[in-house]
Amino acid sequence: MTNRRKRKALGLLFEALCVLAAGIAILVLALILYYVFRRGIAVVNFSFLTSLPAPVGVAGGGIGNALIGSLLMVGLGALIAVPVCIAAAVFLDQNPASKLSAFVRFATRVLSGVPSMVIGLFVFGQLVLRTGNYSALAGGIALSIVMAPIITLSAEEMLRLVPSSQREASMALGATKQQTVFRLVLPGAAGGLIVGVMLAVALAAGQTAPVLLTALTSRFWLESLQQPTASLPVLIYHYATSPFADWQAHAWGAALVLVVAILVLNVTAQLFLGLSNRRR
Amino acid sequence: MQAIRRALYSGTREGVFHYVTLLAALGLVALVVSIFLVVTLQSAPAWRAFGLSFLTTSIWDPMANQFGAVPALLGTVITAVLALAVATPLSIGTAVFLSEIVPQSWRRPLSFVVELLAAVPSVVYGLWGLFVLAPWLRTGLGQLLADYLGFLPIFAGPSLGIGVLTASLVLAIMVLPTITAISGEVMRGVPPELREAMFALGATRWEVVTKVILPSSKSGIAGALLLGLGRAIGEAIAVTMVIGNANLIPVSLLAPAQTMASLIVSEFPEAFDLHLSALLLLATLLFSITLIINLIAAWFFYRPSQHVAATAKGSVWAKLLRKGS
Repeated sequence: MTNRRKRKALGLLFEALCVLAAGIAILVLALILYYVFRRGIAVVNFSFLTSLPAPVGVAGGGIGNALIGSLLMVGLGALIAVPVCIAAAVFLDQNPASKLSAFVRFATRVLSGVPSMVIGLFVFGQLVLRTGNYSALAGGIALSIVMAPIITLSAEEMLRLVPSSQREASMALGATKQQTVFRLVLPGAAGGLIVGVMLAVALAAGQTAPVLLTALTSRFWLESLQQPTASLPVLIYHYATSPFADWQAHAWGAALVLVVAILVLNVTAQLFLGLSNRRR
Repeated sequence: MQAIRRALYSGTREGVFHYVTLLAALGLVALVVSIFLVVTLQSAPAWRAFGLSFLTTSIWDPMANQFGAVPALLGTVITAVLALAVATPLSIGTAVFLSEIVPQSWRRPLSFVVELLAAVPSVVYGLWGLFVLAPWLRTGLGQLLADYLGFLPIFAGPSLGIGVLTASLVLAIMVLPTITAISGEVMRGVPPELREAMFALGATRWEVVTKVILPSSKSGIAGALLLGLGRAIGEAIAVTMVIGNANLIPVSLLAPAQTMASLIVSEFPEAFDLHLSALLLLATLLFSITLIINLIAAWFFYRPSQHVAATAKGSVWAKLLRKGS
């Protein structure tokens, strides 16, 4: 009898500890979001989003150039990464069991584990040092490398969901492999491919180290791809580590914009995935 | 013309289409190989100049061209291990809560919230660590430790707010969603029949978890912890913001220190020649360490003896893909 009571008590204690752990985890994470929203909302307004940074001590100023720089570099990264990675995923999907595919998958997983700062250093050594200047182009290339493993591996998973019975039917009708891929497999997996790209874009948008090492920052509007370019994460990093109170306040505002953009991308991707799963 | 058309539209493996996709796939491999080669080759001058003494000496002085990585290495190991020590009970407890305790209808939204937090950029964790956590620690926990345990070298004051403890806690918060999401996924892969059989025998939830769930998902959980460790070691920006960037051997948890990643971020803008090469040598080390950790983690996930169903392994990788950075 006492043994049974002991077991029950131990079980209850255990459940309480798990609830406590989950409570602490969710509380801490909620606190982070709470501070980002509370301190960010105080500075975000239309002119904050559209104007150039102001010098220290001058009221106003904003993150317009960093916003554009981030959009441009993330867009450039996606533009480079999406076609290459989806082509690679098609290769993996078409030759699923080959030794080469196994090796490509392995290399891609290795890439997904490379610290993003090392990717930044790589592009820094190859592009920035050779051309002699930090640039939006180098930033975009670094971000494309950051995105590559996510797009490739998620695209392969999504392509694999297209049933082989449909592929066989297409081939039986006389379609070539290429026609089958372009008219059946890719359209069939389009929803999933978009979700993978959205998640990759969300990840790239928040990267600081690779952009800091390749595009640095700037206090002016973007004029060419060959110049140092501002971005939201680097602006947050610089402002947060600066000694000026108004810059620090602006760091919270920029963090709010960045976090909202990334959360919206993630939630949309999740809803999108839910919808396309239901349809299937 | 005819030949090109035929090549383009041929359904055989010899078609251009096949080669284009092959090229893209090989491009990814070439990229990974060249990242490793380039970073390693560019670090060669520092390796030639210092050799093993890079790993055994502790003076880092760019002015005198003297580079020893011991403080950064120790800082990396200590912060990552402390972060994991804090994050492990919390994230496994949370994972058990999410996969075994919480009602079915709450499970998906709560798991999704945890996953979302893996997507929050590291610079935002750093911002919060610097302006919210560090002041709390300076006057709260840090001050208490310095006041009452300050006679121990590892808690020697003054309590600055920034330093090893703050960096470790920020890292713990950052790896928590990753470990929770992956180990939760592994636990959910345990066949429900096993749980039901245990409950039918009158087992409490504690007994089900410790006697069935944890034993059959232990290698997956070990993999999740290793991935968290890899992430903690490679994390640059958030650590740079809260560790204080002092190139000293960390003795007290309350004192500022340096990690390999934070050293690279804080010094690369002014670095050239041998200094740059020394930073690249750090990057090579960092790359190699995280690579080894990730490989061991992958081995844990793919071990044939594992009980986890194949579908769960697939979704583990899907989770990995969502890891932030």
